[in-house]
Amino acid sequence: MEKTIDLTLKVWRQRDRKSKGQFETYNVKGISTDSSFLEMLDVLNEQLINEGKEPVVFDHDCREGICGMCSLYINGHPHGPDSAITTCQLHMRKFKNGDTITIEPWRSAGFPVIRDLMVDRTAYDQIIAAGGYTSINVGGAQDANAVLIPKTDADEAMDSASCIGCGACVAACKNGSAMLFVSAKVSQLALLPQGRIEAARRARAMVAKMDELGFGNCTNTGACAAQCPKSISLSNIARLNREFIKAKLQD
Amino acid sequence: MWLTNSSIGRKVVMSVSGLFLVLFLTFHMCMNLALVFSPEAYNVICGLLGAHWYTLALTAVLAAGFIVHIVYAFWLTIQNRRARGNDRYAVNVRPQGVEWSSQNMLVLGIIVILFLVLHMAQFWFKMQFNEVASSMAGLDGEYLYHDDPHNGASLVITEFKNLWVVVLYLVWLVALWFHLTHGFWSALHTIGFNNNIWFNRWKVIGNVFATVICLGFAFVLIALFLHTNIEGGILGWNAADWLLNK
Repeated sequence: MEKTIDLTLKVWRQRDRKSKGQFETYNVKGISTDSSFLEMLDVLNEQLINEGKEPVVFDHDCREGICGMCSLYINGHPHGPDSAITTCQLHMRKFKNGDTITIEPWRSAGFPVIRDLMVDRTAYDQIIAAGGYTSINVGGAQDANAVLIPKTDADEAMDSASCIGCGACVAACKNGSAMLFVSAKVSQLALLPQGRIEAARRARAMVAKMDELGFGNCTNTGACAAQCPKSISLSNIARLNREFIKAKLQD
Repeated sequence: MWLTNSSIGRKVVMSVSGLFLVLFLTFHMCMNLALVFSPEAYNVICGLLGAHWYTLALTAVLAAGFIVHIVYAFWLTIQNRRARGNDRYAVNVRPQGVEWSSQNMLVLGIIVILFLVLHMAQFWFKMQFNEVASSMAGLDGEYLYHDDPHNGASLVITEFKNLWVVVLYLVWLVALWFHLTHGFWSALHTIGFNNNIWFNRWKVIGNVFATVICLGFAFVLIALFLHTNIEGGILGWNAADWLLNK
C-alpha cells in the first residue's frame, strides 16, 4: 500500500545574486513516501504554478546520482540527512508525516546564488580548466597492459575519480574550502603513471585557481568527507598537500 | 612567497609552528615533573635556563613560534569567514565523525592564550623578565619585581597552594587538551604526512599524546596543591621550607 505524508517546507527564495533572500513557508499534502525529494519539489512547483506563483528554482539533471547537478542543503545537511547519496536519490520515506523541512542553497562566497536554491558552480569548472587533465597527443590506442599499475593504486584512483563535483564539500565546510574536490581531482591523476608527468604543475595550478576564486583554507574538520555523496576520502587532502608542498620545494 | 600567498602554504606555517609549540609543551611538562620529586632538582633546571644568552635566544624563537601561530590563526579565520559568504545556514548540523574541537580551534586557542597571560605574569615576569630588566637597570644582585628569581620552585609551590589557581589551570588544561587532540593529527595531515592507513593511527597517537601531556601538567598541579594543603604533606620534602610569605 502506498503511504502518503503531509509536510511543511521552509524554502529559501532569492530573486537574484544581489537581492536579499528570505525563507517562505509552503505546505504540501499527499506526498508519496516512494517519491524522491526532487519529485516532492516538482509537486510543490506544480502547486505554485496553479496558484499563479513563481515556482522554486533548483538545479537537477540526471536524477540518478551521477551528474552532480542537484544540490540543496536539507535540514542542515548537503544532499539531506541520509549518507552517501545525492539529493535526487533521497526518498521521502526518510521523513515523517507533519515534518518541517528547511531547504537552503549551498552557502559559500565561491558559489553565489543565481536564484532561489540554484547556485553558480562554474568555479569548479575553472579549477578543472586550470589543470585537472592530462595533455596527451591522441594517436593509436596503446596496448592496455603496456603500463602496469598496481591494483591498489588503480582502486584508489577510481575512488577519487568518483567525485561528481556537486560542491557539497564546499557547502558543508565552515571555511568554504574546496580542498576535498581539488584533492580528489588531483589524486585521480597523481596516482596513475599517465598523470604523474604533470603532477607538480597540476597541483600548483589548481590550488592557485582555487585560492584565486575565494575558497577558504582547509582546517581538516572532515565535514566535507562526512557529507560527500560519493564518500570521497579525507586522505586525498593529505595527498594534495604533499603534491603541492613537493611542487613548491622544487621551484 | 608560497607560505603567505597560498592556502596550503599558510596551513603549512600553522602546522609547523603548532608542532614546534607541541615540542615546547613536552619539554615544559617533563621539567615540571621534577618539581614533584625534588624542588632542588627543579631549581637546578631553572638555573640552567635562567637568563643566559642561549635561553634568551631560545625564548625569542619560542615567542616567534607563538606569534606566528596566533597571527596566522586570526588571518586564516578572517579569510575563512569571508569564504563562507554573508548568508549563514538557518539549520546547521555537525555531521557524525566531525570533532567538536576541530570546528572550535580558534576559540580554544584564545582560551589557551588568555591563560598564558596569567601564567606569564605569575612566573615568567618574576623570573626571566625580572632578571633581564634588573640587570638592564644596572642593579647588581638586587631585583626589581621579585627578590629571588632563581627560586622557581618556591614561586610555583606558593602559587599552587591556592585552590582557585589550581582550578583555573585545570580549565586551561581542558582547553589545551581539546586543542591538541585536533591540532596534532591535523598538523601531520597538513604537511601531507597521512594516508588511509595512518589516518586513524595519527588520531590515536594524537589523543594519547595530548592526554599524557595534559595529565602530566595536571598531576603536578594536584600533587603540589595536596602536598601544601594537607597536614604533613604527601611528598618526600617539607613544604614549609619552600612556601613564600605573601
